[in-house]
Amino acid sequence: MSKQFICINCPLGCHLEVDDSNLDDIKVSGNTCPRGKIYAVSEVTAPKRMVTDSVPVEDGDVLRVSVKTASPIPKEKIFDCIEVIRTVRAHAPVNIGDVLYSNVCDTGVDIVATRNAKRI
Amino acid sequence: MTYRDIVIVGGGPAGLAAATAAYDAGSTDIVVLEREENLGGILNQCIHNGFGLHTFKEELTGPEYAARFEQLVYDRGIEYRLGSTVINVSDDKVVTYVSEKDGLQKIKAKAVVLTCGCRERPRGGINIAGARAAGIFSAGTAQKLVNIDGLMPGREVVILGSGDIGLIMARRMTFEGAKVKAVVELMPYSSGLNRNIVQCLNDFDIPLLFSHTVVDIKATNGRVSSVVIAQVDEKLQPIMSTAQEIPCDTLLLSVGLLPENELAGYAGVQLSPVTNGAIVDDQMMTSVEGIFECGNVLHVHDLVDYVSEESTHAGKCAAAYVQNGMTATEYVPTCGTNGVRYVVPQKIRKDTNYEQISLRMRVANAFRNVELAVLLDGEKIVSRKRPIVTPGEMETVVLNSEMVERVKHGSKLEVTLLGGTK
Ligand SMILES: Cc1cc2nc3c(=O)[nH]c(=O)nc-3n(C[C@H](O)[C@H](O)[C@H](O)COP(=O)(O)OP(=O)(O)OC[C@H]3O[C@@H](n4cnc5c(N)ncnc54)[C@H](O)[C@@H]3O)c2cc1C
Ligand code: SF4
Repeated sequence: MSKQFICINCPLGCHLEVDDSNLDDIKVSGNTCPRGKIYAVSEVTAPKRMVTDSVPVEDGDVLRVSVKTASPIPKEKIFDCIEVIRTVRAHAPVNIGDVLYSNVCDTGVDIVATRNAKRI
Repeated sequence: MTYRDIVIVGGGPAGLAAATAAYDAGSTDIVVLEREENLGGILNQCIHNGFGLHTFKEELTGPEYAARFEQLVYDRGIEYRLGSTVINVSDDKVVTYVSEKDGLQKIKAKAVVLTCGCRERPRGGINIAGARAAGIFSAGTAQKLVNIDGLMPGREVVILGSGDIGLIMARRMTFEGAKVKAVVELMPYSSGLNRNIVQCLNDFDIPLLFSHTVVDIKATNGRVSSVVIAQVDEKLQPIMSTAQEIPCDTLLLSVGLLPENELAGYAGVQLSPVTNGAIVDDQMMTSVEGIFECGNVLHVHDLVDYVSEESTHAGKCAAAYVQNGMTATEYVPTCGTNGVRYVVPQKIRKDTNYEQISLRMRVANAFRNVELAVLLDGEKIVSRKRPIVTPGEMETVVLNSEMVERVKHGSKLEVTLLGGTK
């Protein structure tokens, strides 16, 4: 099947045309450089995204700390991941990089803090 | 009144980088004044990732990027005062601020660095007709409500303007369970990054309507109940026959940023009508001796990495001024021509020993396969080939010491676009 993407790797934003009828030989056109092809192949085979959000902190000097997935997760799990993050509560002190939830939605990826909170 | 070598107004990424650089250049008598209760500026609410690729070679979120620069300030023991709003800066560098803790205070500085950032253009600035109802927010205010305070501004959302903050908020509101019905853009293109169009709109099937605008806002019981949008013609005038009503309870405005230059104005600093920031020389000094400006207050940056770079330079120069006094006597102006909308710095000094000078600029329109060239009295001294330049992305050209050496009093230094297609 033919699919269309806009390459996100540089401001040129090439319009990519991808034929993935044979997954072992995915054909990409419209790319100006090799990065476009790599991007198109990952978008049709295993698209991934970082998820960022914020969660409440107890006893902290701020009300909430921001969080992220430690690495990108499969795109189709974004909303399940958000549901899980909604249940997370942090307890001050929180340091950047602290794991607030492990292995979110069986992705093998942790939810980590991206902001510090002091205990008050 | 107390006395300090350097007072920095604003504790965002620009202020933190300037403070660190001034300290490392040997001027350690510094105070940073910040009106919020945290350092880090606007980055604290920008919780998405994509910051710092240039500086740290990794993709950080806004708060992580800010924390790295905060740490540099903590490590050096540089003094900062939170909850301290600067209300005046005079031309002889007396900085007046108020805080709950200290009351009204005056500090006489040898050098002042203004790093107050920018604010969002409000509704009044773009003149939309319709009800004065609750439910109209700037995208940045909504970003703060959701990310810092954990409050949701509304459930059914239309966003006017497709700049990066608007795009990021479309995804953010979607994550929080809102329905984003459309992003409406006046121009036939977006000033936002492709990456954000793909990952914040296309991923969630949010429509992006180019050449459209909001022509009316309707309200029920004091709350937005719908907005009316219409297509615009080439002159950007709405075509009323295309009007359609979209029910929603919230309208977010993402219609540009304006440098916050009231303080510069009080000090008598000359401002540029193009950037809305100060006119500076290559040392980031404004028209008032000893007052420097850098970061978003000087001109709107799209990448915080360039804010840090520019501000590091400004901090160094502020320290040099404190230590050596004023050394400039002659200036050569810079200018942008043939599609280059502005160049910062607007003038360079003809007296210092330079390592290099970064010229930063924006173009007025998108061009492909173009050469960004610096001409000295009409002769090309350096150029960069660019596959594309767009108004949304700042461009930089670096002049090395040899090139600067060639600039003479009375020279014309011009940045221009050569060749290229629209
Ligand atoms: C809503 C919004 C969202 C943004 N999102 C992104 C993004 O996603 N990605 C990106 O790369 N860039 C983003 N930017 C651009 C971002 O502003 C810059 O990258 C960077 O933060 C600019 O740094 P700065 O220090 O110049 O300004 P700021 O970060 O704005 O810091 C200025 C500081 O000065 C303080 N201040 C101002 N006036 C006074 C005063 N009178 N007295 C005391 N303190 C004062 C402010 O409180 C603030 O802390 C965004 C900007 C805005 C406005
Ligand atoms: S294909 Fe290459 S040139 Fe085209 S947008 Fe992607 S990275 Fe840029």
